[in-house]
Parts: sequence; structure tokens; C-alpha cells
Amino acid sequence: MIDGFLALWIFMLSAFTGKEIIGRVPVILHTPLMSGSNFVHGIVLVGAMIALSHAQTTLTQVIGFIGVALGAGNAAGGYVVTERMLEMFKSSKDKK
Amino acid sequence: MEFDQTLELAAKASYFLAAVLFILGIKRMASPVTARKGIVQAGIGMVIATLATFAITGGNNLALIVLGIVVGVVPTWLWGKKVAMTDMPQMVALFNGMGGGSAAAIGAGELLKFSDPASGSHSLIIVSLAVLGALIGSVSMTGSVIAWAKLDGRMDKRFNFPGQQVFNFAVFAAAVIAGIALVAWEVNVWLIVAFFVLALAFGVLMTLPIGGADMPVVISLFNALTGLAVAFEGYVMGIEALIVAGMVVGAAGTYLTQLMAKAMNRPISGVLFSNFGGGGSGEAIAGAQKSIEASDAASLLYMAEKVIIVPGYGMAVAQAQHKIWELSQSLIKAGKEVKFAIHPVAGRMPGHMNVLLAEAGVPYDLIADMDDINPEFKTCDVAIVIGANDVVNPAAKTDKSSPIFGMPILDVVNSRQTIVIKRGKGTGFAGIENALFYADNTRLLYADGKEAASQLIAELKAVEGGGGH
Repeated sequence: MIDGFLALWIFMLSAFTGKEIIGRVPVILHTPLMSGSNFVHGIVLVGAMIALSHAQTTLTQVIGFIGVALGAGNAAGGYVVTERMLEMFKSSKDKK
Repeated sequence: MEFDQTLELAAKASYFLAAVLFILGIKRMASPVTARKGIVQAGIGMVIATLATFAITGGNNLALIVLGIVVGVVPTWLWGKKVAMTDMPQMVALFNGMGGGSAAAIGAGELLKFSDPASGSHSLIIVSLAVLGALIGSVSMTGSVIAWAKLDGRMDKRFNFPGQQVFNFAVFAAAVIAGIALVAWEVNVWLIVAFFVLALAFGVLMTLPIGGADMPVVISLFNALTGLAVAFEGYVMGIEALIVAGMVVGAAGTYLTQLMAKAMNRPISGVLFSNFGGGGSGEAIAGAQKSIEASDAASLLYMAEKVIIVPGYGMAVAQAQHKIWELSQSLIKAGKEVKFAIHPVAGRMPGHMNVLLAEAGVPYDLIADMDDINPEFKTCDVAIVIGANDVVNPAAKTDKSSPIFGMPILDVVNSRQTIVIKRGKGTGFAGIENALFYADNTRLLYADGKEAASQLIAELKAVEGGGGH
């Protein structure tokens, strides 16, 4: 278990980091950015995997399985669409 | 034992590395030049973290875990590869709902574990955050699914009934009370079931009355909520990487939501709790709309030196973006300055129009944000408005009785000439008359967007060939 106050520090600093790094993103990239941040919270997969590894009853195994499948879907889908979108952004100076 | 500890240490180090890669990745997305490298970097972080987790889980339920990953990855990967760019908002909504569902499932699993009397006593903070993450994750999951259905055209109508807000609030309050009971009283299986049913139902109920035009704000909000849910469940599981990644997304999503709500002139509370288009319908407009033929419009373009194109979602619906880019290329070839002006909420999520233009091949350095392009309309010879309406309506600045008063708009009205490509005389999404369409220097080209662009390309060639009029 993470110490309560230490966790509070992590929560606070991460929140400011999030606000700071997004504040500089130009409007033209907002859709890939939202999709990209959507991908990043796909890290929930890791938590779901650990939860499933602890599951001992059938019910918790089923719930854990759903969690892993949904988390994996979030990560994989989020990555594919973000990468596809960003690949299309070209400058007129780039070679066609 | 020592080997296990080494493995766990390696896994923790990998999580740390993944979190760093996520933050650097998002940071690199701030520029179109490095953005693609950014997402690849974040992707590497995700793969490292996932592989490292196998070191912690050991052999427990290994087959189930691997099967779950395969079941989750394969369909979404294939679907994500082929989804059309116009359908991106609902796709993002769906993937986001999955993340929320995953966080809720972690919460459910942990709470069920706590409900076993043999598991001993539990820290108040852990139970509270498990409940809070589960509540937010559940709402985000079912809410995102409804948002997906609405954006995908499977559920067009807003769903209203008398006393809806009171009913929704009652369901929310019941979910919160069940959650508090779990924390303060006891972790009981039936209480857990009731809590989840209420939380999942609330996600559906709160999204049903929200109209399609407000969906950009809603998707962004659910994205932020899923981030928070992931962070809270990360604390419960004792994984710092989840807290950091979830919180970064939560804060970033909240900031984006505010930005978007501001660009739409809709307070977030207005999106969530009230209906669109309340209040006045705006002043009536005197005068008539003046139409123009494609050949005359082409002559105007031929004589222009600077052309600004203002695309709206209507252009994407008509699939006209490729033709518009073709038209722009012939204008550029003729030595004219061409720029694209994008309103922050053009399309169905912020920045969506930029993605659609990028897909058509428009280089991003020709695309300008509202604040940068607005002063330039004064020096613009011809502005072409295609598929946009409310975002160019000057009533937002001049008519206090208009429902869109105060919304930031593109100052197309300052352009020397304006050509509006439009199917018919109807009003826009919000049903408001547009003064720009009645202005003296505005001409309307009544046609389907794609057809109009093709005609303009052909006529422009004819004018150029004939050496002008």
C-alpha cells in the first residue's frame, strides 16, 4: 500500500503535469491528443491484469477477465486510431 | 524468493519508465512535427508495462489473462485500422468507455474480495477510493456507450421525459448513498450489486438527454472521468503508474473540456443539465439571400489574390474535402494565397476538421486557428464557406437576443467577398438565421458540396484558359 500522504503528492503533481503539457498543444491537434490521452489511460490494463491474477472465485475471475479485455481494448484501439490520425498530418514542405 | 523480488523490482522499474514515456509522448504531441513519434513512444511504454506485469502476476490465472488480452486487442485493433476518419469521435468514445469499464471492473473485483470476512479489515482510504473509482468508471462506461450510439446515428433523438432531472438526481444520490454505505457500514455483496446497477444506470440516464451538438464536450468529459477512475483504482492496486497516467489524463481532459465548452459558448453545467436552443431565436433579418452561378464564382476566385476557405462539418458529410483541396491546389498553382480557417469546434470533436483535412492531403501549415486567422479576413478577397453556419454567424457578436450570442466566431463577415456553398436555404444546426448569408457582399452557391467544388474546378480552368473575362 502506498502511504496516504505520499499518494496525495503524486495525485497533485500528476494533475499539474497533465494541465501543463496539454496547455501547449495547438488546437489543430486536439482530436489526436484526446485520442492519445484516451490511449494513455489504457494503462488500466496493468491493474486489471494484477487484479485478475489475484482472483480466486469464479465470479472475481469473470469480472477480472472483463476488466482485462476492456482495458486491452482501450489501449489497442486508442493506439491504432491515434497513430493513424497523426500519420496524416503533413507539412507542405514535406516531400509528397 | 530472491528471484521473485528481483522480478518485482524489474516490473516496478518498468512502470516508472512507462510513466516517463507517457508524459514525454504526450508532450511531443504538442507539435505536428514530433506528434507521431510521441504516440509511438507512449506505445512502447505501454508494451513495456504490460510485459513487465507478467513478472508480477506469475502463473496465477495466466491463461485467462492472456485470453483476455487477445479478446480485447484483436477486434479493436482491426476495427481501429479501418474506421473512417469521420467516425473517429464515436470510436474514441467507445475506447474510452472500455477504459472506464476496466477501472470499474477492478473496483468490483477488489470490493468483492473485501466482502469476504476472512480478508480482515481494510483501510478506509482504500475502500473509499475503490468505490469512487468504480462509480466514476461505471458512469464513464455506460455514458460513453450512449455517446457512441448517438454519434454513430443509432440513437438520434434526445430522450426527455417530465421530471427527468429530478429522477436522474435521485438515481445519482442513491448510487452515492450505496457507495457511502459500502465505505462506512460494511462491504456486503448485495450492496455492491446495488451500487453498480445504480452507477451504470446513471451513466445512461445522464447522457440520454444530451443532444448530438454537445457531444464533443461530453466525450472529453468522459475521457477525463476515465482518467480519474484509473488513478483511483491505481491507488487501490498500489501501482503508481496508474495514478500518474490516470491523473495526467484526468487533468488534461478537464482542461480540454473547459476549453471546448468555452469555444461552444456552453457552460459545462448547461451541457449536462439543460437543453440546447432555449431562450430567444434572435432578431429577424431583413433582405434576401443572393445566389451565384459556379461560373461567376470561378471568375471571382480568378481575380482574387487571397482566398480563405472556411470548412464545417457539412463539408465532411458531403465528402467534399478532397475536391476542395483539389480546388485549392489549382488556386495555389495560379499564384494565389490560400488558407483554411478552422473554428475550434468544427466537426464533431475539437480538432476533428483538421484530421479530415489532413486525410484529404491538406498540409497543416495552410490550416489556421480562429485567433490567428480572424484579423486576416480584412485582407481576404474571397472567403469560401462550405458546410459551416453557426460558427460564421455575426449575430454571435451583434445580437444579444440570439441563442449563440457570445460564442466566438470566425469573422468571415469582414471578407471583401464571400461565397457560401450550401444545399438550400435552411438554417443551421441550432436553427438560427445567419446574417452573413444576407450580407451585401455574400453570394450563395446552392449545390451539394462535392459537386460545387467540382464545378468550381472546371469553371476555373475555363476562365484561365480563356484568359479571363
